[in-house]
Amino acid sequence: MFSSLKRRVDEVLLPGDEFSFEADDTISLTEPAKPEKAVCGPGLRRSGDRLVVCKSGVLRHKAPNVFWIDSQQRRYVPAKGESVIGIVTAKSGDVFKVDVGGSEQASLSYLAFEGATKRNRPNVQVGDLLFAQFIIANKDMEPELACIDSSGRANGMGVFGAGGLLFRVSLGLVRRLLAPQSEVRSDLETLFPCELVVGMNGRLWVKSSSIQQTLIIANLLQSCDTMTAQQRKQLFRKVQQGAL
Amino acid sequence: MKDTPLSNCERDFLLKAIEEKKRLDGRQTYDYRRIKITFGTDYGCCFVDLGKTRVMAQVSCELVAPKENRPNEGIMFFNIELSPMASPAFEQGRQSELSVKLNRQLERCLRNSKCIDTESLCVVSGKTVWQIRVDVHMLNNDGNLMDASSIAAITALCHFRRPDVGIQGEEVTVYSPEERDPIPLSIYHMPISVSFSFFQQGTYLLVDPCEREERVMDGLLMIAMNKHREICSIQSSGGIMLLKEQVMRCSKIASVKVSEITELISEALQNDKAARKAGGRCGFAESMPQERITALKTDETPVETTDATERANDIVQRAEAPPQTVPSPVVPVPGVGQVGQQNTWGLEEEEEEDEEQEETRMEEDQDEDEESGGGDVVEISDSEEEEVVVLHPETTGKAKNTGSSSHQQAAAASQKRQKK
Repeated sequence: MFSSLKRRVDEVLLPGDEFSFEADDTISLTEPAKPEKAVCGPGLRRSGDRLVVCKSGVLRHKAPNVFWIDSQQRRYVPAKGESVIGIVTAKSGDVFKVDVGGSEQASLSYLAFEGATKRNRPNVQVGDLLFAQFIIANKDMEPELACIDSSGRANGMGVFGAGGLLFRVSLGLVRRLLAPQSEVRSDLETLFPCELVVGMNGRLWVKSSSIQQTLIIANLLQSCDTMTAQQRKQLFRKVQQGAL
Repeated sequence: MKDTPLSNCERDFLLKAIEEKKRLDGRQTYDYRRIKITFGTDYGCCFVDLGKTRVMAQVSCELVAPKENRPNEGIMFFNIELSPMASPAFEQGRQSELSVKLNRQLERCLRNSKCIDTESLCVVSGKTVWQIRVDVHMLNNDGNLMDASSIAAITALCHFRRPDVGIQGEEVTVYSPEERDPIPLSIYHMPISVSFSFFQQGTYLLVDPCEREERVMDGLLMIAMNKHREICSIQSSGGIMLLKEQVMRCSKIASVKVSEITELISEALQNDKAARKAGGRCGFAESMPQERITALKTDETPVETTDATERANDIVQRAEAPPQTVPSPVVPVPGVGQVGQQNTWGLEEEEEEDEEQEETRMEEDQDEDEESGGGDVVEISDSEEEEVVVLHPETTGKAKNTGSSSHQQAAAASQKRQKK
């Protein structure tokens, strides 16, 4: 099972591809036989004694036993603990309704801001942008957001200031941007200074010193979705030399 | 499902950008997005891409009884479908305000301008006439659906051929395309709609607004015009006051845009006609670009090329002739059979190269023959094919011979040997 999974790491898999749970042919007699356990991430699903691929993408592996499918989808499914960019769509009583790009709008309590009390309400208007994280994200329940961490600190979350541009990219690019040693990010750093907020729901917010620069960054990132590393480097170099 | 709301930040940014004469996609004020016109396999099917907006028009015809007040005129029917595929905000099977508006505008643009000779559609006066039905489906919404659908509808009408009919006494016979060539509609002129959006109470004007620009605009002016600079319909919505000069300026811009688009349409029609006449592949399946889903994967595979030629020669001398293989018959279009491939050497080589790289990646023991063949290929080919796997079985003969690829490869290799 492990070996069959490991053999196909970094290969493109399609929904319907299968792995069976059968044990390996050879079992060492000297070492104690320990049961194999694989942790399946997104895109892999267990069905009886088989492991079925349910998303198209590249199979990834992290030692010792984590496997997942790296896909390029654009549809967001809320997951607990992820930070997203939301748009406030309604204020009703003591909760805000926030659009996060999922199937359902998330709710955000007015007390879930740093320093908010019953008398000291946060200043949030309909149409404002928020950076928040999910504290409840179930498939059967309405997702719930919070703009504070567990210790009650804002920790970078909250309502956005004025200016900047919001745009959408694929979830794959978002993950590439957020990776610890992100090549896209380091390429971007060579251009001009900008503020960048990355939401796991595929929304990016950019603010730079001028509108022209903001537009350039937004268009560059949107085109990064479908480019190879070489093409991207070439394009960024071109921009750096002032071709645009 | 509700559409994604527009945030205040986007609205402010867009308005500020428009003030600075900048647009989201880097266009100038009067620029259209890239227009692409493709045709389906059948007559009267047309796809129009306007940037990311995508629209399909399909024309069909039917023999019906005419309207009582116009006994010898054919009937034109227009239908616009806003499916949820185009945007989550559109609902299936319900006439929304937008779809009524678009439908009405398309009717005014095409039917009321009398661009089609409806009298030529009469078969028996007062009894039977042709009803021409134009269905316009929105496939993706990125703004300016009206212009895209007007281009798609008129192009599809120009492309459409109706079956020929014969009349013996009272009897009406409809001939199939095999019996008699279908007849094109007689079209007098081609009205094309051009949209202008106004911002800040008419201070700023943009041509061909995209979806986000449409959301922040104050007013919209749609001018339908033909290339003879005759205005076929004009509609202003959004409730802004326009000055006479502004409307005049818009009509001038529209005349330029319309002549450009008309040229593009006639070119597309001509290309399609030529392709059909030559019996080549036509239709949208051929004109779709190759979509490669693994473009992000770029791991390099070094190929050993030292002394590859000697080894290859050695193997070629020692090798025995491969068995004769007959490739399976190929059916390029229904009704045409073919044995053998029309593909060229280049295609075979690419395929071999792909195969070779995949094998090195899997780190399997390579067959000597295969390896030397691969090395040879690397040496002689200068194809720019990247290391991507094309998963769409489209266009080239490559897709078709996947089934018997191993045989073919062997055959190709043998051919190469003979060449040497």
